[in-house]
Amino acid sequence: MNLHEYQAKQLFAEYGLPVSTGIAVDNGPDAKAAAEKIGGDKWVVKAQVHAGGRGKAGGVRLVDSPAEAQSFAEEWLGKNLVTYQTDANGQPVSKILVESCTDIAQELYLGAVVDRATRRIVFMASTEGGVEIEKVAEETPEKILKAIIDPMTGAQPFQGRDLAFRLGLNSDQVKQFTKLFLGLAKLFEDFDLALLEINPLVITDQGNLHCLDGKINIDSNAMYRQPKLKEMHDPTQEDAREAHAAEWELNYVALDGNIGCMVNGAGLAMGTMDIVQLHGGSPANFLDVGGGATKERVTEAFKIILSDTNVKAVLVNIFGGIVRCDLIAEGIIGAVHEVGVEVPVVVRLEGNNAELGRQVLSDSGLNIIAATSLTDAAEKVVAAAGGAQ
Amino acid sequence: MSILIDKNTKVICQGFTGAQGTFHSEQAIEYGTQMVGGVTPGKGGQTHLGLPVFNTVAEAYAATQADATVIYVPAPFCKDSILEAAESGIKLIVCITEGIPTLDMLVAKERCDQLGVRLIGPNCPGVITPGECKIGIMPGHIHLPGKVGIVSRSGTLTYEAVKQTTDYGFGQSSCVGIGGDPIPGSNFIDILAMFQADPKTEAIVMIGEIGGTAEEEAAAYIKANVTKPVVAYIAGVTAPPGKRMGHAGAIISGGKGTADDKFAALQDAGVKTVRSLAEIGTGLKELTGW
Repeated sequence: MNLHEYQAKQLFAEYGLPVSTGIAVDNGPDAKAAAEKIGGDKWVVKAQVHAGGRGKAGGVRLVDSPAEAQSFAEEWLGKNLVTYQTDANGQPVSKILVESCTDIAQELYLGAVVDRATRRIVFMASTEGGVEIEKVAEETPEKILKAIIDPMTGAQPFQGRDLAFRLGLNSDQVKQFTKLFLGLAKLFEDFDLALLEINPLVITDQGNLHCLDGKINIDSNAMYRQPKLKEMHDPTQEDAREAHAAEWELNYVALDGNIGCMVNGAGLAMGTMDIVQLHGGSPANFLDVGGGATKERVTEAFKIILSDTNVKAVLVNIFGGIVRCDLIAEGIIGAVHEVGVEVPVVVRLEGNNAELGRQVLSDSGLNIIAATSLTDAAEKVVAAAGGAQ
Repeated sequence: MSILIDKNTKVICQGFTGAQGTFHSEQAIEYGTQMVGGVTPGKGGQTHLGLPVFNTVAEAYAATQADATVIYVPAPFCKDSILEAAESGIKLIVCITEGIPTLDMLVAKERCDQLGVRLIGPNCPGVITPGECKIGIMPGHIHLPGKVGIVSRSGTLTYEAVKQTTDYGFGQSSCVGIGGDPIPGSNFIDILAMFQADPKTEAIVMIGEIGGTAEEEAAAYIKANVTKPVVAYIAGVTAPPGKRMGHAGAIISGGKGTADDKFAALQDAGVKTVRSLAEIGTGLKELTGW
């Protein structure tokens, strides 16, 4: 799960980290009032979406009057912001963050992730803050400084000092940076983060460190113990069908093709999409019905797949490990009856009671195409959807 | 020979009296696994499935000298269960549970390494040496004792590879699901090293998927250390890159991790890669001449 910038900064503030005075609003008049309340003669207004690259896309502006803050808010609220990190539709803007303006002398980068390779939380810092940081990492990796956190001891002050000195900070800034580093490390562990990023972390004209942006991604496995973050969840930033699927414990991702896929297991679901494409077809979705596929979930899965009007045929690929294929077959029949499936459905059942499952399907009298193998299934569904593209 | 487990392996179950623990322990016993007991705090002294129940793993280990433990406890309690098992003296832990917080695994994995305990999983189907010992949730009946070692990040994809190698009559020496989580207890390299050293394993099937760089690291290991024939399949060629938040993920992975990157790295290491998951068996036949 992702947080908005204003939510991330709220957490930063609670951990005593330097952020701008800011107010998140959801309408134009409130944007004006927020600017007046914050005071000063310059403000930064920022569209709140779960993606980076907002500045280049016009979603961040420096304004000189509260009235301008209002017009920016009215311009963006209710619209979608498309950046190079979103898909082509962009992300809906439902909140605007109005902030006091910060004078910038230098832009740094500071980020942290759980690194699979070292199996550690790794902090990364660089003097080259801004949107070109990935290019910096690729072309001059020596400019990305790292601190690796031992899971048994946690982050230590010396690691913060080490990064700060290598960034070339002065002695007062080293103290500020170390405090920031330790605060972020604590926040990372307290809130089960998967990713944390401050880009840019700026040095102000007065020489102080300041968090100008904040990105936070939370480990979805840990949400059960993060009630505060659960309340910050913004479902408008997620695909409506994906969110609906999640309520049924179905893992669904919409794609651009025309062959709906229903599979048990994430790996097999990806493998099924791959084999459809290998035979000239184009998958309409990724859908993992999970290990405990019941009739109700199979029915719901069909509904979700068919809510995509591009779908011209459906491929059901089930490898019954523990789950019995005859029960799955009954689920498919029930779903076809209940949902009124009008497109061809190709079914491949393998594993536990597969023979019985195939029998149940052929006895149903429904227009269900039984496949004898995975390759056969892929060929049949591609043909049913109108042939290879 | 085989890897990790065989007919002499004595196994206990943590979460023994729960629904999952009960069902899969019954299946394991039926398969012939030497189940010697289980652990459910507060139910020590009872008998379940004809086997003794203990309050702690340490008690269970002292009484049974078990070689391995399998964990079916719910995700919020798994870190504790893994650490309890690791401290008990048992040398092999297989954790089936999915949904364990990543930060819990950072600590659990580190402690297992410090104590010299082998952890398989979490979020995996488990380990099986066909005809001898089954620890986990895989369907026993699709397996056949034989000569192919299978290692995979995905449960159902493992079953596909197992079925194909059974249908061709090659059979499997051992099959290991290392699990799909970001922080697995064992990785491809750990298992590849065991298969390379195992005389019964004549060829290896490796099944990976997008995300992370474990397959690229495995490719480098194979190039330098593995002399047995290896067939690999990577799932996720069609998976979209996904929406992104920030740059930190891309910086740490160096932009690697796509299915194409993984296929290329494995081919460069002399591995036979198949683009269709239906061709794992065929690929193996072509590569080995069996």
